[in-house]
Amino acid sequence: MARAITTKQKMMWTVLAWAFGLLMFFPILWTFLTSFKTESTAIADPPVWFFFDWTLENYTAVQERSNYPKALMNSIIISVGSTILGILIAVPAAWSMAFVPGKRTKDVLLWMLSTKMLPAVGVLYPLVLLAKWLGVMDSRILLVVVLMLINLPIIVWMLYTYFKEIPGEILEASRMDGADLRSEILYVLTPMALPGIASTVLLNIILAWNEAFWTILLTTVNAAPLTAFIASFSAPEGLFYAKLSAASMMAIAPILIMGWFSQKQLVRGLTFGAVK
Amino acid sequence: MGQITLNQVTKSFGEAQVIPPLDLEINEGEFVVFVGPSGCGKSTLLRLIAGLEDTTSGHISIDGKDATELPPAKRGLAMVFQSYALYPHMSVRKNIAFPMRMAGIDEATQKAKIEAAAKALNLTDYLDRKPGQLSGGQRQRVAIGRAIVREPAAFLFDEPLSNLDAALRVGMRLEIMELHEKLATTMIYVTHDQVEAMTMADKIVVLQAGVIEQVGSPLELYHTPRNKFVAGFIGSPKMNLIDGPEAAKHDATTIGIRPEHLTVSKTEGAWKGVVGVAEHLGSDTFIHVHDTGLMDMMTVRITGDIEARHGDTIYLTPLADQIHRFDAQGLRIA
Repeated sequence: MARAITTKQKMMWTVLAWAFGLLMFFPILWTFLTSFKTESTAIADPPVWFFFDWTLENYTAVQERSNYPKALMNSIIISVGSTILGILIAVPAAWSMAFVPGKRTKDVLLWMLSTKMLPAVGVLYPLVLLAKWLGVMDSRILLVVVLMLINLPIIVWMLYTYFKEIPGEILEASRMDGADLRSEILYVLTPMALPGIASTVLLNIILAWNEAFWTILLTTVNAAPLTAFIASFSAPEGLFYAKLSAASMMAIAPILIMGWFSQKQLVRGLTFGAVK
Repeated sequence: MGQITLNQVTKSFGEAQVIPPLDLEINEGEFVVFVGPSGCGKSTLLRLIAGLEDTTSGHISIDGKDATELPPAKRGLAMVFQSYALYPHMSVRKNIAFPMRMAGIDEATQKAKIEAAAKALNLTDYLDRKPGQLSGGQRQRVAIGRAIVREPAAFLFDEPLSNLDAALRVGMRLEIMELHEKLATTMIYVTHDQVEAMTMADKIVVLQAGVIEQVGSPLELYHTPRNKFVAGFIGSPKMNLIDGPEAAKHDATTIGIRPEHLTVSKTEGAWKGVVGVAEHLGSDTFIHVHDTGLMDMMTVRITGDIEARHGDTIYLTPLADQIHRFDAQGLRIA
């Protein structure tokens, strides 16, 4: 028998869900509103909601004061680059752990995940020294590699869960059909895991896009992505909330739009193949 | 093409040896069935031949060449899996084409072979569908089509009919036998169903716990089972195995009598019992007889229909020349 849900209960849950959703969305809404206020309206107390003189001056100021296109370009290169590199390394890794597991496969997986628990600041010095020694400070390639390494455990884990869902017999069939390892991964495994790989790619781009610790600390001018671009508006001479908000909106707009269009894939990615 | 020899092949998973040293000769063009209860190592044996599992020791040669270390792709064998193992993202056409694509065969030849295979397997109308849109029987035919176009030295079938319903299974069984007649290629077929083994095989290999219990033609196995295990496994319903004084009368530890080699009477006979369940198939009747004092439950197979009600007293008499005798080790006494 289906569970009986009364109309009243349904309404209650709907209202609750909306309230919760709005609560989560509020910071973005507030940033959006603030970005159209003057600096004085932005810090007005009590806060002004919708009825103020909407202005674009913050956006103009942000454009004038900094190089948005360059930061955007850096963000794109770093997030997409680190994701592609990560996928190239993670596919064979996840393949081996999903289809030819050894005695220690589970341990390796857990160990990889445990590296995510390491406080990032703990490796800050070694990494900065290493980067300086290699002469790659403030370079895109450094950020691509570092962000790839940081997100690699998640990419491997996600791909591993997707690959586990693929029946091994199909891969065996491809081996019987004369496929070598390269063909097996390229023509059979990858197309079958494509939805999973797509989710992983999307999620990883978002993670890399939003990563602020390393991107701010390892860059100054040349490789500074949007996260550093936002940070530059919380200047020592005081906080300019309206400009900061405008910069934030410009920084999150691309990823917000991408996320909106790929909601379905993302949900699948975030549920980690829990639902078949 | 299609001569396969196994020489002292063993397989262990960790500490557990699932295949003790095993020798087997499979001749060109033979239809060989590996049969045994689940967990007897028959699938492992097939996978060793396929190259999907590595042998722990011993040698496998295909057409005289040592194939022990060859990867599956290089052995020139084709396999049909129980789960069909079709590529879900490819159309039927692409599924069948896949092995040829891997072998680098030109498009025109591929096309001709696909058409021919599709025609032979009644798949012409389904070539552009995806496996998900096909029925179980059709999927199995696609899997067979994919195997045929490789023109393999031998076909390996791993319980290919287990996922099909009973009616379809009989049909596919005939199709596979037809295919064997037509191609005359070596086929190795794994099943736990002794009826499939009996009806399809030129040669049956009965396995138990990784050990070959007997190799022979279906009728050899039926008439002269080498031991109690084979006697009990081959034939349906199962052979009745009787221990004790009744066996001693025949100078044996155990005697076996097949259900079809017992005659039934309501008035007199060698052994007396009580009718349990009677299964009426129309052509035959299986009667399960209790309280014979010889074994828990004896099965009798009578041609045609016979009236037998639950609780009736019944007399059974074995055909004297059809009694199988086994010694204390369970081996046949000639």
